[in-house]
Amino acid sequence: MEWIAAFKESKKPLLVILLFILGTFIFSLQTGVLPISISEIGTTLRGEGTPQHELILFQLRLPRMIIALLIGAGLAVSGAILQGLSRNSLADPGILGINAGAGLAVVLCIFLFKGNEALGIFQSPFMLPLFAFCGALTVAILIYTFSWKDGVDPGRLLLIGIGFNALCGALLIIVQLKMDPRDFQEATIWLTGSIWGTQWRYVYALLPWIVVLLPFAFFKAKTLNLLQISDPIPYSLGMNVEFERRLLLSLAAALAGACVAVGGGISFLGLLAPHIARRLTGPNYYSLLPASALIGMLILLLADMIGKNILAPADIPIGIVISIVGAPYLIYMLLNRRGSGFKT
Amino acid sequence: MPSLVKTSREQAMNSRPLIWMLIGLIGVAISITISIGLGAVWIPPSVIIESFTSFNPELLEHHLIFEVRIPRALTAALVGAALAIAGTLMQGVTRNPLADPSIIGITQGSGLAIAIALSFFSSISYWGLLGWSFIGAALGAVLVLLFTIISREQLSPVTLTLAGAALSMLFSALSTGLALYFQVAQDLSFWFAGGLSGSKWVHVYILFPITITGLLIALMMSRSLTTLTMGDDVATGLGHSLHRVRWFSITAVVLLSGAAVSIAGAIGFIGLVVPHIVRSLVGVDYRHILPTSALIGAFLLIIADIGARMINPPFETPVGALTAIIGVPFFLYLARMKRRNL
Repeated sequence: MEWIAAFKESKKPLLVILLFILGTFIFSLQTGVLPISISEIGTTLRGEGTPQHELILFQLRLPRMIIALLIGAGLAVSGAILQGLSRNSLADPGILGINAGAGLAVVLCIFLFKGNEALGIFQSPFMLPLFAFCGALTVAILIYTFSWKDGVDPGRLLLIGIGFNALCGALLIIVQLKMDPRDFQEATIWLTGSIWGTQWRYVYALLPWIVVLLPFAFFKAKTLNLLQISDPIPYSLGMNVEFERRLLLSLAAALAGACVAVGGGISFLGLLAPHIARRLTGPNYYSLLPASALIGMLILLLADMIGKNILAPADIPIGIVISIVGAPYLIYMLLNRRGSGFKT
Repeated sequence: MPSLVKTSREQAMNSRPLIWMLIGLIGVAISITISIGLGAVWIPPSVIIESFTSFNPELLEHHLIFEVRIPRALTAALVGAALAIAGTLMQGVTRNPLADPSIIGITQGSGLAIAIALSFFSSISYWGLLGWSFIGAALGAVLVLLFTIISREQLSPVTLTLAGAALSMLFSALSTGLALYFQVAQDLSFWFAGGLSGSKWVHVYILFPITITGLLIALMMSRSLTTLTMGDDVATGLGHSLHRVRWFSITAVVLLSGAAVSIAGAIGFIGLVVPHIVRSLVGVDYRHILPTSALIGAFLLIIADIGARMINPPFETPVGALTAIIGVPFFLYLARMKRRNL
């Protein structure tokens, strides 16, 4: 019932975003180092295109853009959940250090297992999201535990998150400097958030996580709505608040971890997307979560398009494009906050 | 609490800063001696003293002491002092217990400027790099200060730290982008991860006057900084110009952290930890806090540098990572404490 009501209310913005995504997708498919026109895309899709076009479309552009869509949705929903459970509109897996924790786990894994035949299984793209999830979850639990002091204060949570971000960064530097130059470059590119050279197997590695976790997050919309009210009321409605919070935190960590494993540390997306979504559809999580996911997809698709075209043939890592937009936005938000609360 | 009658406890407080400065000085002297002695070859203090009293050009150890070990120890001391003074000033001016050049984006500003320099002028001299580092630090500092001025409400530590985190992330994203595009990523990282392994006398010659200048500017501002802890209104009422304090302090911070970063890379958390320790030792008077901070900062960084060499010999662990590992728990502790303890 709530779903239908929420959808009816926010039908228009959702459809508009969807159209934008479609438009960007088609446009982005045409652009790149070698432009391909729409009619050529059509013939290639029908299987009558040149081998070159087929290679570019099916092996290079499509997987990359699908990954952008998946990561966009995952990180945006992760951010929306974090903001909801901490009742803090400034939460973002990148700022809180969850991305850094996932990144550290992945880099450690690459560093430890690279070139070791017996342990080759740990390098398969299907294992990386699992490691990243462990790293992300560890940091998430640590942040939550350390900010616990008669409840979790939103401001404290952010500060603790920034602290853990710095710690993971320091550990990352130690590990990274021990790598040989080629691995180092690879790790750096990956850590800044990049979807270069995405292959289908990465799509397959990420897809199950998103397919399982996104609906689960949507299913939790009611809980997130209730958590927006101050503590005694959800309790009196029979909700186990602490349990739900921990569950949601793990969910957000899992989403962020899986995305980081494939796309690297993309910060600010989890901050931006829910904010824009809240402007468009209001604070109801039934519509906020799908809207965030769609906006996350759109932002990442746009960022990817900008990144691959603006300095072509060189690629700007997608995480850098997002940071250049996201950081000033966060500062703008901080400047315009009124009152002492953490809600905008 | 100010009172007209001096109690014996207050008289004890007056001599306490001097005692702590003395202890700091002794600590620095001892740690420098250890730092000179430690390395691939252990050099006992007796040989160090001997190399001063009767330098023997035939002895390899004496050359080692003068060409490698002493510059390194002195650089560590100066960088530590500079960072500690910068942190103290930042915390005083923003009245924010979590301010530190590395947290609020000044270090990363320097990093960005150095990334630009490395990308576009690959054969840049050390002096050029220093200049760029100053420009970057100034950019970061001015942005943070503008932020504190523009922001309508009184800044809470959370707000300033978040703004700093946003700035840092922006700067580091830009510098990584540049570094990747121009393929200087590992150069930049090695430089940024810091370390004092390449310290030479020239670094000491550069750092020394800058650190002293910074400390002098800071000491000039120390009275105003002390009154500033009682609130903007009180400070203005007592005839201190807020703008003067802010801009002079920022100048000192830019000089100090710019120089420190250009030589040793990103060494975080020294500027965060030291002022807190010092305040708990010598009280609230910045005339005492500043010099003691410089000494304790020097001491801490020398110790951290020794640690960086000892953990995994013969490889060096990045000293910036080490200070972060020590500093983060402290940061977490402060974040958990009641806010506004300044």
